[in-house]
Amino acid sequence: MVPAVGGLALVVLPLAALLQRVPWSTVGADLRNHDALLALRLSLECSIGALALSITLGIPLAWVLARRRFPGRSLARALVTLPMILPPVVGGIALLYAFGRRGAGGRWLYTLTGWRLPFTVGGAIVAETFVAMPFLVITAEVAFRSLDRRAEEAAATLGASPAYRFRRVTLPAVAPALAAGAALTWARALGEFGATITFAGNFPGTTQTMPLAIYQSIEGGNEGIATALSLVLLAISLVVLVGLRDRWLGGP
Amino acid sequence: MSLDATIGLRLGSLDLDVEITVAGSVVAVVGPNGAGKSTLLRALAGLIPLERGRVTVDGRIVEEPGRGIRLQPEERRVGVVFQDQRLFTHLSAVENVAFGLRARGLNRTDARARAGEWLRRVDLGGVLGARAGELSGGQAQRVALARALATEPALLLLDEPLAAVDAAARAELRRVLREELDRYPGSRLLVTHDPIEAAALADHLVVVEDGRVTQEGRLVEVTARPRSAWVATMVGLNLLQGTSRGTAVTLADGAEVVTGRALDGPAFAAFRPNAVVLHRARPEGSARNVWAGRAGELYPVGDRARVRIDGPVPLIAEVTAAAVAELGLAAGGAVWASLKATDVDAYPA
Repeated sequence: MVPAVGGLALVVLPLAALLQRVPWSTVGADLRNHDALLALRLSLECSIGALALSITLGIPLAWVLARRRFPGRSLARALVTLPMILPPVVGGIALLYAFGRRGAGGRWLYTLTGWRLPFTVGGAIVAETFVAMPFLVITAEVAFRSLDRRAEEAAATLGASPAYRFRRVTLPAVAPALAAGAALTWARALGEFGATITFAGNFPGTTQTMPLAIYQSIEGGNEGIATALSLVLLAISLVVLVGLRDRWLGGP
Repeated sequence: MSLDATIGLRLGSLDLDVEITVAGSVVAVVGPNGAGKSTLLRALAGLIPLERGRVTVDGRIVEEPGRGIRLQPEERRVGVVFQDQRLFTHLSAVENVAFGLRARGLNRTDARARAGEWLRRVDLGGVLGARAGELSGGQAQRVALARALATEPALLLLDEPLAAVDAAARAELRRVLREELDRYPGSRLLVTHDPIEAAALADHLVVVEDGRVTQEGRLVEVTARPRSAWVATMVGLNLLQGTSRGTAVTLADGAEVVTGRALDGPAFAAFRPNAVVLHRARPEGSARNVWAGRAGELYPVGDRARVRIDGPVPLIAEVTAAAVAELGLAAGGAVWASLKATDVDAYPA
């Protein structure tokens, strides 16, 4: 009993302390601060960009992992989940080596499109995607794999092409799982710190997302902004949690 | 409108090797569970690939592995009514029926209008907007039927269409099925393990046992002259196999059955259980077949009872409840069975 209470306290106490330290009278002003607003907007843009990129690449990846048989599938499945366990800062360094000025991927991308990723908004989006996409891939893959194939068979006998079947039968069936995975992915991208600061840097307005701004504010002694931004992130986390409660907290 | 199929494939322990033709009449594939009936249907629909053989629908080859031909299910113009319905649960009844029309490129308004007509035709005009999950078993099966028919397939396949429906809804569903099958212009094939269902819906039977066709023919031929133990049991006949010489059929173990028909060569002998008369002592009389035996398993059939008699000629006899008591059949024991030769039909094996 005592360890259980201790475990709960470990989670609840810091959150309570955070709420207790919020300077409620100035929180509005702190959030309207130029740097805070910049970080908020950039965080939203980057996290939504990361979600879009995760959906574009992750859903087809999840589909292939769930439905196609190919040599090395188990290995691919394991590798996809690696960023969930890997320390994000290691991911950031790895991204830097791959897509940096001298990295093979970076050179290739530059020749092909003229884009440079490190220390740009694009870099922040890629860093967040690297860390957050596995949440979507895993949820979607489980959904695709556990899906009852019988309805798809019925659709095929009714003359539906594979694309039509996917759109009208498969997708509606897995939509709740995909929505949950997307919410999780977005929340993870929003809170991303280590990979972003390593790969994209910490430039206000370009790559300084909310977690980075919080870190810098607290380092620079500007506690008000740090607390106000933390409050925003906590609120978003709670909203996502409430949105997912039926999936996660659906027990009796 | 026709189907011509030779199907060879292995699936698990099943080795399926059958030839089937559907021309004008409704064909029912019957057989015990696990005989390969549903696999046959899935192969025709293109849901399982053939290993050998050929499937031709209306003169068009839709699959022939030997020549590398294999059309996908959606390219075959085959409609399937599944035993478990497989309605799209996120769609309404009318959207389910419209699905195939939409998939084939018809616009939403026209597809829904046509779907509505089909649903009214199977007496479901009142539940057009109901979600698939809100329908009763009988209603869901009628939606599944309308959904398959709406795409006007060249070949209509039905897998145990009455099995998942409760007894109360079954009579109504059977009537609707019979009507729709009768007016449907395409080839029609249904699969069932229930001979009553087959008799109610089909004109032609194909019996499949253990992956092979054991008998086929018009309904009356198959039920009157079974050629396998399973068919005989299903239609309630005693069936013996042996070699006929004149009117006597000699069984494998040497016992002899006198029949009403002279025949030479391998033969079946069939007779109804109620043609058998049981006695306590060896009967005196005109019956040509008299065998000693022991009463075995006993089960009621209406106000009468059937009893298995083990002896030189194993058989099922049907007797009155009074005879059960009088002969002490419930306790087992020795009995004599007699059977008139004119009650035994013989036909070539």
